[in-house]
Amino acid sequence: MKAPLSWLKDYVDIDVSAQELQVKLFSCGFEVEELIYVGAAIDRCVVGRIERIEKHPGADKLKICRLNCGAYGEDIQIVTGADNVFEGALVPVALEGASLAGGIKIKKGKLRGVESYGMLCSGEELGINDDWYDGADVYGILILQGDIPLGTDIKQVVGLDDYIFDISVTSNRPDCQSIYGIAREVAAVLKKPIRPVPLNYSVGDFGTAGRVDVSVQDAERCPRYIAHYVKDLKIEKSPLWMRRRLALCGLRAISNVVDITNFVLLELGQPMHAFDLSHIGGSAICVRRAEEGEKIVTLDEKQFTLTAEDLVIADAQKPVALAGIMGGLNSGIGEGTKEVLFESAKFERAGIRRSSRRLGQKSDSSARFEKGVDAYTTGIAINRALNLICALGCGQIACDRFDIGAPQEAPQPIRTTFSAINALLGIEVPREETADILERLHFNVDADGDSLSAVPPAFREDVDGYPDLAEEVIRMYGYDHIGGTFLAKAAVTDGGLTAAQRTRERAMRALRGQDYSEIITYSFISPKDYALLRLEQEEGRAIRIKNPIGEDMSLMRTTLAPSMLATLLRNIRRGNEHARLFELASVYLAKSLPLQEMPEERATLCVGAYGGEDFFTCKGAFEAFAAEFGLQFAYAAAEKPFLHPGKCAAVLFEGKQVGYLGELAPDIAESLSVEVPVYLGELDYAALEEALQRSLHYVPLPKFPEVKRDLALVAEDSVLCADAEAVIRAACKFVSAVHLFDVYRGEQVGEGKKSMAFSLTFTPHEKAISPEDADGYVKRILKELHAKLGATLR
Amino acid sequence: MKEKIESIRRAIGEGMLQVHDRKQLFELKMQFLGKTGEISALSKGMRDIPPEQRPEAGKLVGEIRTWAEEQFAAREEQLKTEELSARYASERVDVTMPARFAGTGSVHPVSLVRQELIDIFAGMGFDIYEGPEIEQDYYNFQALNIPADHPARDMQDTFFIGGEYLLRSQTSSGQIRVMENKKPPIKVLSPGRVYRSDSDATHSPMFHQMEGLVVDRGITLNDLKGCLDEFARRMFDEGTKTRLRPSYFPFTEPSVEVDLSCCNCGGKGCRVCKGTGWIEVLGAGVVNRRVLENCGIDPDEYTGFAFGMGLERIAMIKYGITDIRLLFEGDVRFLRQFKG
Repeated sequence: MKAPLSWLKDYVDIDVSAQELQVKLFSCGFEVEELIYVGAAIDRCVVGRIERIEKHPGADKLKICRLNCGAYGEDIQIVTGADNVFEGALVPVALEGASLAGGIKIKKGKLRGVESYGMLCSGEELGINDDWYDGADVYGILILQGDIPLGTDIKQVVGLDDYIFDISVTSNRPDCQSIYGIAREVAAVLKKPIRPVPLNYSVGDFGTAGRVDVSVQDAERCPRYIAHYVKDLKIEKSPLWMRRRLALCGLRAISNVVDITNFVLLELGQPMHAFDLSHIGGSAICVRRAEEGEKIVTLDEKQFTLTAEDLVIADAQKPVALAGIMGGLNSGIGEGTKEVLFESAKFERAGIRRSSRRLGQKSDSSARFEKGVDAYTTGIAINRALNLICALGCGQIACDRFDIGAPQEAPQPIRTTFSAINALLGIEVPREETADILERLHFNVDADGDSLSAVPPAFREDVDGYPDLAEEVIRMYGYDHIGGTFLAKAAVTDGGLTAAQRTRERAMRALRGQDYSEIITYSFISPKDYALLRLEQEEGRAIRIKNPIGEDMSLMRTTLAPSMLATLLRNIRRGNEHARLFELASVYLAKSLPLQEMPEERATLCVGAYGGEDFFTCKGAFEAFAAEFGLQFAYAAAEKPFLHPGKCAAVLFEGKQVGYLGELAPDIAESLSVEVPVYLGELDYAALEEALQRSLHYVPLPKFPEVKRDLALVAEDSVLCADAEAVIRAACKFVSAVHLFDVYRGEQVGEGKKSMAFSLTFTPHEKAISPEDADGYVKRILKELHAKLGATLR
Repeated sequence: MKEKIESIRRAIGEGMLQVHDRKQLFELKMQFLGKTGEISALSKGMRDIPPEQRPEAGKLVGEIRTWAEEQFAAREEQLKTEELSARYASERVDVTMPARFAGTGSVHPVSLVRQELIDIFAGMGFDIYEGPEIEQDYYNFQALNIPADHPARDMQDTFFIGGEYLLRSQTSSGQIRVMENKKPPIKVLSPGRVYRSDSDATHSPMFHQMEGLVVDRGITLNDLKGCLDEFARRMFDEGTKTRLRPSYFPFTEPSVEVDLSCCNCGGKGCRVCKGTGWIEVLGAGVVNRRVLENCGIDPDEYTGFAFGMGLERIAMIKYGITDIRLLFEGDVRFLRQFKG
């Protein structure tokens, strides 16, 4: 919201600097995002009178002017090439050292041998056009009008000596989307009275109804509709003061009637519209839903096909405006317009919002309606528009109007107590102070002891309970009165992480202990990610975002692997020699698509590594994780579409698959130009969560010493380490640990065979294990190994 | 006899000069003091000496034995010292050479901040609740007093899934789920991923928020301030101050923005705080009565406050990170800087 200081001063006597006002507005909830000094670019440029013009001795097109700039010098010589200067003219003089629009700096110089101590300026050089000063668009020097003291700063003359407050207005305060709304806040915060908006106008002896009939078919979408007839219009340029106001707010002047609607929109926040009645068929205006497929071309010459959800203003035959969004090209104001119907309406904001979104058509008007316009202001605004017609003397105003849906009920009082407000704030604001603040904010206050009744002003549709009053009070009383108390009355609670939450922290700690660093990646991935990992089938199960930022972020991931791979690749491409990464995050599993019920967000742990890694170092991460929680994982050869078929394992826990681990398939790696082996693994953390939280139980230490034996076995190459270990454990109940410490393939064991060396630990139970006992166990174990796996002692 | 002893004495003296280690010394010692050694032989030879000479001979033998033992002991001590010195010299390592260890992984800065916040608020009695990220419109908007087509929906660009499902745009949705299932006193912290359709150097389409909610009898705006003061002091430093200023959120009334005094310049004004001395870090307020009602909590009996902050923002302020995208790229050179 842009509010010029000069406009605010129409309504409030502001006796503080713009900077002080900025601080005050900030403290009461209106952050001034930018305080703009309009004439910031212009410096040392003053009014001067051309006392004498002499011919330049060396150039026909140049003139030597002698200027009187009052206190800045009564005889300043400036050379100009402009044709429109004359003796006695008042002109803007850029003195030596001046700055002008576009960063131009003025220095003393010589033009064809003649000294020039400055420059005479055009409107463009001051950064202004005709909207700021009549004649500013003229090619040549800006000739100033009237009697202006010599030496006056030019910014004061052309309207540049002004500030614009660019204010961020929160969405609960649509009433402050206007100059007058901001002025009310300024008055309240400065404790000054606010002057009323001029609303008076004189009327002719004719009515609106005699010229046009107005009806509203959809009162829900259009709670209030005011239409007022104005005839004998003289369409012309608006006066300077009005054009300047519009220019300050960034609008170009068009013509008096159009400018009035824009002026009222800026000043009061009420979008206005004017229909050229000569283009209204059947002398009838109706607010109705569009017919399905009905078409309209708006003022900006865009055509829209409408649905029954869109609201239109129509004449007897056709839509003439998209209600609240934009007028139709067929009924706009032109140079020949003689009679208009002024519209000031309240359209329901949600409806405008939906239509504006669906049609992709926005305007200043639709933006205001979406934020919310109050029915009270709708009534004020039409009067202001007519007041301006009157002030500009550009038309005859009908003596009556259509006002459909004028509010019947006055706003209801909020009944509460001073102590309730203070109890919410937690401080004691004096009663008089509370009442005074509310009155300054135009509440109608009735206080009796502790009880308080406050009727909100009609333009404050956001206020509906005592907490709103508390907010009004504290923002004006000052948040610096709130010193801070520490839950003085609250019950004591324990709090902290749950066991499951603590376990997650511990899981992450276990991985960090293995040099794995935590990453956080986006929860959405690309269809391309699934394709890269040859998981197209899984893509169909992924939840799709309807309005993604791009296709690459359109699917809620069902696996963390693509994000991990992408992160590893980024590290490889940036020349990082190695990385060990993990992410503990959710995958999103729909029970059905499209979603009928909440999907499962399943905690998943993903690890990835490259650089000095092999399958077993990566497996180490899983083993360290298992060891941290005292769990035993088992591994079985497996296949995954995106992993090396010879280096891929299923991770099993208590017989169930809980994850996988392996090397990225070499052909995928090659397609990504990755030369180092990359390892990826995922664990279904949610499946393990219960086991991770198992409580600890002490097992008594063995009473007798453990016995160790080493066995070197020769077996077929296809015999797996896990097979041998399983047979060993099954053959003897005293075996408490089996550790493979060497594998050998070569001449000594023969083609197609390998030697596996295990270290076995026997833990006694009730009685000691003698060397003879241990030899017996070993014998039995060897027998079983031979019978089941064909393995022999080397 | 005397000559014999003198020759032993000389032999020992000369022998000593030939001895370079303890093994040679031992051999030499045995040669003289062993059971069959020359000095032992002298003792054994006593019986061949006339009895009247024996006392004197015995004395002489005793003297030479004592002398020899002292010589050997002294030499042994000397050799020990020499050997240790030689060993020390040969076993010396360059202690400045690199160690062998696996390295330690790092904690993501957002997790670091999250853990710190949890520590701070758990100490004040807050539970931790993590709600779903794929949410229903009701929890993300309607129950928070943001009806359909409310302009406040424009404050956040939401990702939609279809039907009533969307990606939560704020962890405030967790407030409702907590209050539906638990009656006051409630003190809960709700961290997690949130999603908004926004992407540049300071905005990420996915980021983390931490919502705090207290509902009990007699909770005030002043309590909110006290709680956040404590947070600011512990998250940043003792001198950090908070400043409340009016704002608007549909689910709180009154609503405030909370600024912290700039931890970079201490409030004097610098590049980080854009010269204002303050940094905007979170939104907060007194829980709107309608929100309590929506959750079946009597707003005449209970009041509460809520606050929500972006964890990336806190991390960026705390660690001086200037581009939010670094947080999601997973570059190990970045990650390795964060331990905790």
